[in-house]
Amino acid sequence: MKKYFLGIDLGSTTSKAIIIDENDHIIGRGITNTRANYTVATEIARLEATYNARFTLLKMKLQDEIESRPDYKRYIRDVESVFQYLQFKRRLDRLSVEFRDTITTTFSGEKRDAISGYVDGIVSRIGPSVLDEFLTGQLGSKNQFFRDIVSERYNKEIAGLGKDFFEPMMLVYDKSITKVENELTEYDFRELVDHSMALLNDKYAGLGESSSEESGLAFDSELNLLKGNYKRIYDSLKGHIGFVAGLDIHITDMVGTGYGRALLPFPEKSIRSEILCHAFGAHAVFPDTRTVLDIGGQDTKAIQVDSHGLVTSFYMNDRCAAGCGRYLGYIADEFNISLNELGPLAIEATKEVNICSTCTVFAAAEIRELLNVGQKRSDILAGLHRAIVMRAMSLLARSGGVRNEFTFTGGVARNQAVLKYVSDLVIQNYGKDIKINVHTDSIFMGALGGAMFARRNVIN
Amino acid sequence: MSKDVAKERSMIIQKEMIANHFMELSTAKETGKKVVYTFVPGNISELILSFGMLPVYPEINALQSGMRKKSGDYIRDAEQHGHSEDVCTYVKCDVGMMINGNIGPTGEKIPNPDLLLLSYTGCFTFLKWFETLERLYPGVPVALLHTPYQEAHKITPEMTAYMVKQLKEEVIPKMEQVSGNKYDEEKLKAALRNSSKVEQHIINIFDTTKHRPSPIDAYFAGVYYIGPINSGFRGTPQAVDYYAELYKEIRERIENKLGPITPEGVMEEERFRLVVEGPPNWTHFREFWKLFYDMGAVIVASSYTKVGGVYDMGFRVNPDKPLESLAEYCMNCYTNLNLQQRVDLLSKCITDYHADGFLVNSIKSCNSFSAGQLMIMQQLEKKLEIPIGFIESDLVDPRYFSYSNIKNRLESFFQMLEQRKMIIKTA
Repeated sequence: MKKYFLGIDLGSTTSKAIIIDENDHIIGRGITNTRANYTVATEIARLEATYNARFTLLKMKLQDEIESRPDYKRYIRDVESVFQYLQFKRRLDRLSVEFRDTITTTFSGEKRDAISGYVDGIVSRIGPSVLDEFLTGQLGSKNQFFRDIVSERYNKEIAGLGKDFFEPMMLVYDKSITKVENELTEYDFRELVDHSMALLNDKYAGLGESSSEESGLAFDSELNLLKGNYKRIYDSLKGHIGFVAGLDIHITDMVGTGYGRALLPFPEKSIRSEILCHAFGAHAVFPDTRTVLDIGGQDTKAIQVDSHGLVTSFYMNDRCAAGCGRYLGYIADEFNISLNELGPLAIEATKEVNICSTCTVFAAAEIRELLNVGQKRSDILAGLHRAIVMRAMSLLARSGGVRNEFTFTGGVARNQAVLKYVSDLVIQNYGKDIKINVHTDSIFMGALGGAMFARRNVIN
Repeated sequence: MSKDVAKERSMIIQKEMIANHFMELSTAKETGKKVVYTFVPGNISELILSFGMLPVYPEINALQSGMRKKSGDYIRDAEQHGHSEDVCTYVKCDVGMMINGNIGPTGEKIPNPDLLLLSYTGCFTFLKWFETLERLYPGVPVALLHTPYQEAHKITPEMTAYMVKQLKEEVIPKMEQVSGNKYDEEKLKAALRNSSKVEQHIINIFDTTKHRPSPIDAYFAGVYYIGPINSGFRGTPQAVDYYAELYKEIRERIENKLGPITPEGVMEEERFRLVVEGPPNWTHFREFWKLFYDMGAVIVASSYTKVGGVYDMGFRVNPDKPLESLAEYCMNCYTNLNLQQRVDLLSKCITDYHADGFLVNSIKSCNSFSAGQLMIMQQLEKKLEIPIGFIESDLVDPRYFSYSNIKNRLESFFQMLEQRKMIIKTA
């Protein structure tokens, strides 16, 4: 039986899970932002990583077909997208029930009926629009959380409502979302994949008969091929999917890391510090890395590693939010936009407004002042992004500077504006010869390091 | 944590010595003994004692208040008196204690100063500290003994002459005036002969960490070991007896291959050997120590235990040249060394005592230690390729001790050391 290893990174903001095989290859990724408790978070992330692993194993198994046939590749990609959508949809249905409960217990009479009407309308519109985004916009690959996806759309929907309804609608949302987020929902992989394929087949069958907008699929050459072939692909895939669905993804060993690690019911050898895990993960992906910068939700770490991926020194900011991811979360709240919109808006800036506050909380007051004197939102945001990076640069300098290759990890590495300033400032301070690495899996580096330690625990 | 604290025999002796000292202080007004406030780094207690006066060390009182969980309130009171958040917390704790009746660690009142001996040794704050005390005790005479910094890595004859001149023209006349006694060089020489014996014991004691397991912890227990010479017993026969007993006790532990005694009991397994730079945190001293105990980490050398005198590099008092010896002793204190000398000293400790790692406890309050620590870390890492750890806390302000942050960083540090050991073993 093949051996797999699990790394769990229980961060302060999100919990991540990575499954690797015996060659340290990542085969499954899972992430959740639940704040329920670390046991639930671990399970959610682990289950998600397991589903993801089944798709990876499927793709590995069918590598030849995928490489030679674009329609085959497209079909599998679409199955995975619909699979993710169906998970989303179940949670949305669950949220809808929660909405109704909240409305019934909080409001009465005409107000209750009106609010119910609004909420039902919103829920019925969110479902199809999200399916569309999963299929055409690759929403699943963006690692967005259920809360982010729903709240972005919910907020847009209620923005137009008058004062009488805006507040109650927010209340309904806030009261209901956390419960759903903190709930562990287990899905039957086989059942969900079958359902996904059935939905897809309907879509493909309808291709050409209706406009592409209605089908939720953009019409292109791959789809053109699929239109005629989907039945054959489906028939040949069914067996393979049955096989991966039935596979026992046996976790031989696991290692937990991150702030919540002490709460995991793991033995001592299976608990590792996130400093070591981040460094080990980043070093595994980029073996020439000597300096790692990790900007997470509630801390920033500058880590120096040697050629084995061993940490030689580290420096942490665990005292001040103004250098961490939460700073951006707070700023997003201040601007009333989602976290994902921050980076793109800041990138549009024509200049960077100088932000003087060294404190997250006081920065908000400064932002208001700057808006009052007519500074543009994007320029202020650019300044804020630069400010957070400046703090990280100071930490890096204190840890001994940047040596050779530099790898940027953590959730914040996904923010394009932060990435831009990190790159600019690293080059400015340490020369243009420094190679800067950022991986699409940057947020998973800690969990990857954990999984790699788990594999080595077994060897040793 | 259990209530029973494991203690060494010498610790009991020390406790009695210190209790007697505070008892003597509390009755000073009745017995007519004069009281001199002075600082630990460069404490020329032999001279004070030779005039029949009693020394008081405000830093010792502050750290004692910290250990007895009183510093938080004292600091709050000092802040209400206008001392800002960034002022050294030893100062604020001391000021707070004074405005609350100046009750010392044994519960007895500490008498007001008859003389402030400002032996300025590498810490600018000392100047401001005694200016504050001067305001609290109007009319108290101040004797300033300025210690030149070892800027060029060495003590020149001019520097010694400059200090001797201050001793002769400023310090001794003021002491004569306050005590009513004439300067007696023979008495001072006799005290320095005792100091010389104590210095050799101290060197021997801190050198025992070269054994495996190390019989002592040179930081957490080390601060107790340097207690007598930094709290009134420098140059006394009691100090000679105490250190002889302590050294004997440690040699017994070496023979029995025993590790250090900690409040949690004898350390069974020595997993990591560390050199630590920076003062400890006093408000959570036992919790802090336990974090190391739990990980099997022994401190084999620390810079903090050299704060009241550095003897590793060959310096000894010469009883035949008493004033020159006092001058050179002051100039040799750890915080009066320049940064390169500190790197050299720490580097020698790391090598001589086979340390696995170097750890800095950076103190928010203390510029004379914290300034330059990053440079020290980077130089040591480069020179010795030793793993470096960095934690932050404060001397006596309980608000700046974050148990979880420190624990998290220490865990990472220890795992880093362990991982390195494993790789080295398999390589």
